[in-house]
Amino acid sequence: MGIGRDEVMRIAELARLEFGEEDAAKYAKELDLILGYVAKLEEVGTEGKEALTHAQELVNVMRDDVPVEGLSQEQALMNAPARKGEFFLVPRIMDNSDED
Amino acid sequence: MSWETVIGIEVHVELSTESKVFCGCKTRFGARPNTQVCPVCLGMPGVLPVLNRKAVEYCMKAALALNCEVSGRTKFDRKNYFYPDLPKAYQISQYDMPIGKNGWMDVEVDGKAKRIGIRRVHLEEETGKLVHAGDDITSAESSMIDFNRCGIPLIEIVSEADMRSADEARAYLVKLRSILLAIGVSDCKMEEGSMRCEANVSIRPEGSTEFGALTEMKNIASFKAVYKAIEFESKRQAKVLESGGRVRRETRHWDDLKSETVFMRSKEQAHDYRYFPEPDLVPLEIDRAWTDRVKDTIPELPDQRKARYVADYGLGQRESSLISDDMDLSTYFEKGIEAGAEAKALANWMTGELAAALNASGTEISSSKAGPAEMAELLGMVAKNEISGKTAKEVFAEVFAKGGSPRKMVEAMGLGQISGEEELRKAAVAVIDANPGPSADYIAGKENAIMFLVGQLMKATKGRANPKMANQLLKQELDGRKKNL
Ligand SMILES: [Zn+2]
Repeated sequence: MGIGRDEVMRIAELARLEFGEEDAAKYAKELDLILGYVAKLEEVGTEGKEALTHAQELVNVMRDDVPVEGLSQEQALMNAPARKGEFFLVPRIMDNSDED
Repeated sequence: MSWETVIGIEVHVELSTESKVFCGCKTRFGARPNTQVCPVCLGMPGVLPVLNRKAVEYCMKAALALNCEVSGRTKFDRKNYFYPDLPKAYQISQYDMPIGKNGWMDVEVDGKAKRIGIRRVHLEEETGKLVHAGDDITSAESSMIDFNRCGIPLIEIVSEADMRSADEARAYLVKLRSILLAIGVSDCKMEEGSMRCEANVSIRPEGSTEFGALTEMKNIASFKAVYKAIEFESKRQAKVLESGGRVRRETRHWDDLKSETVFMRSKEQAHDYRYFPEPDLVPLEIDRAWTDRVKDTIPELPDQRKARYVADYGLGQRESSLISDDMDLSTYFEKGIEAGAEAKALANWMTGELAAALNASGTEISSSKAGPAEMAELLGMVAKNEISGKTAKEVFAEVFAKGGSPRKMVEAMGLGQISGEEELRKAAVAVIDANPGPSADYIAGKENAIMFLVGQLMKATKGRANPKMANQLLKQELDGRKKNL
């Protein structure tokens, strides 16, 4: 099953990427190649096997609940594309997208 | 047609850890904007999250207190979406393997017990805070952001769609808050946003087993608002259906000032969050020993508190539930008893006079001017017959409105019961002399006539007489006159 132009455009929208029809056709082909490559995995029987959720075998890496000093306000805001006083400034979003 | 309302509730609670869930930044509320941040919670490239053990244990504790299965193997996932309060453009959350699942909680509404399923309890990170208010800090084109909140550990508690009325929904939330406060994992302050809830509401014809299209309600900032929003929304949906329309799957915003829900956005196309396992965090294995250790740290919960109130104080099942399910009521009750109040009388007042006054004035019990100490003092005076029940209500109303000591108020207003026999006897004689008809009736054998005279005596003393004593003295006086006839 190949990836079509519509699928590419949908992914582009979700990832906030912008490109023209010509590029869409090119990316559709490239994504198809990648998926074809990993499709090999479908030949392996995974019936009844638990999904691997991480490439590492480590589990339970945690830290204690001890606060440490972070950045100063000046440092935090230093690279902001736009700021206002003590805040980062961002474009106002009218459509309240899903939070938390 | 009669409709049944079906409600499910999602609650987000900020955990009260010292540091954030994936970095060491402080979590203190009210700090200057953007002073509790670091490269991790600001989403800078190349940083790695490290999980806070205490946040995991708090989530486990909440899940266990809600009777959930706390699973063996869990993991974290990325929930991808673009919003300015989310600097990484994804939120670390838990998708298909929450820390807790399949729990339940019992609530009591109108004396009936009801079990509400808890679908899941999972751990995730809080987002930054958009600051909109006022023209000086925001404009039509831009918003300001404070990332201090970003990365504070958050748990999401999702109920099953088991609630059937606004009352049940409120009871669920009150008890949930009570449980979370008891186990000490959050301060649950709705006004500071550390506890937030969303209600999913749908309606269906009474008796139907299928679910109707649901709407999700956001911006509910108090338990009262939850109640009003659900009442409004179920009526709105009924109106839509009864006029031949269709309820659309959408998110609606509760406007507390106008007391109505307004359309926010459609949910017809489900969001595509493209969840995938978080590669920067290794899986979490929760074994039996760890679960048991966390279980051991759970203190008395509302259900146990209820049993204790029944056993130790002889409270009825119903008032015991009412008080124990609500953390603020429980605190008030226990402080009142510490201050010397008799438990049953206190519970009576709390579920009667006090509840009515709080309701009418929209006051929270934790900020009532008639506090547990004042109430204990007032009830003490009633118990010792220093004031009548009627006077107690008047004094209570004064204390509730203005604060202050009930005893001093009684003294200042001259409301203490007339306990001196001589004083009361004088008043009794005056009443008899002023009412020759009824007095003669009594002497002639109509014993009921005494009731009228007692009433007159109570009136003459402005309710300050002990009714039993008033009755006794009137009888003595009249019987004396009868003998002398
Ligand atoms: Zn940080």
